[in-house]
Amino acid sequence: MSDIKRVDARNSFCPGPLMELIAAMKLAEIGDQLEVLSTDKGSANDIPEWINKVGHEIVECREEDGVYYIHVRKTK
Amino acid sequence: MKKIVIVGGGTGGTILANNLARRLSAELRSGEVRVTVLSASDKHMYQPGLLYVAFGRMSSQELYQDQASLLEPGIVFHVDPVKTFNLDNKQVETESGVSHDYDYLVICTGSRPNPESVPGLAEHANHVYTVEAAEKTLTALQQFEGGRVAIVTGVPHKCPMVPLELTFMMHDYFKDRGILDKVEFFYTYPIGRLHSLENVAKWAQTEFDRLGILYETLFNVKQVDGKNKQVHSEEGGVVDYDLLITVPPHNGMPVILENALGGGGWIPTNPNTLQMEGHENVFVLGDTTNIPISKAGSTAHYEAEALGENLAALVKLGTMVRTYDGKVFCFIEAGKDRATYASFDYQHPPQPQPPTQMIHWFKLAYNKLYWNSVRGLL
Ligand SMILES: Cc1cc2nc3c(=O)[nH]c(=O)nc-3n(C[C@H](O)[C@H](O)[C@H](O)COP(=O)(O)OP(=O)(O)OC[C@H]3O[C@@H](n4cnc5c(N)ncnc54)[C@H](O)[C@@H]3O)c2cc1C
Repeated sequence: MSDIKRVDARNSFCPGPLMELIAAMKLAEIGDQLEVLSTDKGSANDIPEWINKVGHEIVECREEDGVYYIHVRKTK
Repeated sequence: MKKIVIVGGGTGGTILANNLARRLSAELRSGEVRVTVLSASDKHMYQPGLLYVAFGRMSSQELYQDQASLLEPGIVFHVDPVKTFNLDNKQVETESGVSHDYDYLVICTGSRPNPESVPGLAEHANHVYTVEAAEKTLTALQQFEGGRVAIVTGVPHKCPMVPLELTFMMHDYFKDRGILDKVEFFYTYPIGRLHSLENVAKWAQTEFDRLGILYETLFNVKQVDGKNKQVHSEEGGVVDYDLLITVPPHNGMPVILENALGGGGWIPTNPNTLQMEGHENVFVLGDTTNIPISKAGSTAHYEAEALGENLAALVKLGTMVRTYDGKVFCFIEAGKDRATYASFDYQHPPQPQPPTQMIHWFKLAYNKLYWNSVRGLL
C-alpha cells in the first residue's frame, strides 16, 4: 500500500479543499491514497460527491475537533 | 556580510526586494547586507493587463516596464536565471554558470499556464495567460459572429477571478457588438458551485441567472475533441462549443521540478512563516508556494510585506517578528464598466458587495498604480 499523501486545506477559502484535492489528484498515481484536511463543512459533502461522480473511492470521512478528514483513493 | 538572494523578479520578488532595501538601507550602505535579485527577464510584465489585451482595451506594449527601473538603488540585479538550487550548501547556480552564496534565499519564480497537459486544449481553446494567447483571443472574439461560447477552467490556475471576469466581459463585449442575441454562454467550473469562494459563487449565480448565462459545475476538463467541437469532462460531462475559452491548468516553473523542490512545481511552504518545509533559511513567495491560497499578485504582495519585515528582523535581531495571515484582495470585473472585490484571509471569508462603476474605476486606476505598488510606494 502506498503512503497516504496529506492535503492540508484547513482555512482555505480560495481555492478551497476540493480544488486542492483535484490538483493533488492530478499529481497522484492510480492506487495512491490522499487525505484532505478541511475546516469547511461544505467540503465534507462536496468532496464525496465529486469522488463518486468521477469514480474514485472514499476510504473514510470523519470529523475531529472541527476538522474534517476525508481519506480517498485514486482509482483511474 | 549577510547575503539575501531573491530568485524571481516578478510581483513578489520586486516588492520584497524594495521593501528590504528600505528597511535595511543603512546596512546596505555600510556593506553589512547584500540583496541580490536573479531573474529570467529584463522586463517586468503587469500580468492582469492581459485580460484587457484580449478585449482590445490595453495594448501589449503597455504591460511592460524595465525591471531595473523598478528596483531601489543598492539592490544587485542580474538577468541570469537560476538553474541549480544547492540548498545543502546554501548556494544557487545560474544558467551562465555563476554561483551565489546566501544566508537567506527567497524563491518566487511564479507559475506557468500548461494547456498542453489536457489533450486538445492548447490547439482548440483560447486563453489570456500569455501575450500571444491574449492577442489570439482578441482576434477570435472579433471574428466570432454567434454561437455557443464555452468556458472551461483547469486546476490549479492563477488568479481565481479570471473565469468569471472573462465571462462577464465577453457578455458585455458581444452586447456592444450588437450580437448578444446570437451568443449562448456555457460556463463550467471544477467544483460544485460557480466559484471557489462561496459568497462570490452565490453572487455570480444570481448574475448568471439574470443574464441568461448557462452553467455546469463539477466539470473538470479531460479532453477537447476539436473535430466535433466538444469538451469532455472527468465527470463524464460533454459540452458543445463554437468558441472555446479556457483558464488553463498551471504548473510551477520547470526549474522547481528539475531540482525536485516540489511536485507540480509547487514548493511545500509553511503558510504562516513562508519558510520552505525542512529549510529554515529558505522562503517561498507568491504562485510558487503550495499554500492552499489564491495564486494572485495580491497574495504575493501581502506575503512579500510580511516576509520583508521578518527578513529585516532576522538580519537585525536574529528573529522573525510576525506571521502572514493569509490576506488576499482581488478585484472582480463584473462586465465592461462595473466591478466588485473580494477581501479575505485565513480566518475571514469575503463578503462581496454589489458591483459598482466606482470599483471598476479603481481597478482601471490600479492598472496604472501597479508600478508604484511594486516599487513599494503604495
Ligand atoms: C490574465 C491574468 C490576470 C490576473 N489578474 C490578477 C488580478 O486581478 N489580481 C491579482 O492579484 N493577480 C492577478 N493575476 C495573477 C498575478 O499576476 C500573479 O499571481 C503574480 O504575478 C504572481 O507573482 P509571483 O511573484 O509569484 O510570480 P511572477 O510575477 O509571475 O514572477 C515570476 C518571476 O520569476 C522569474 N523567473 C522564472 N524562472 C526563473 C528562474 N529559473 N530563475 C530566476 N527567475 C526566474 C520570472 O522572470 C519572473 O520575473 C493575473 C494573472 C494573469 C495572467
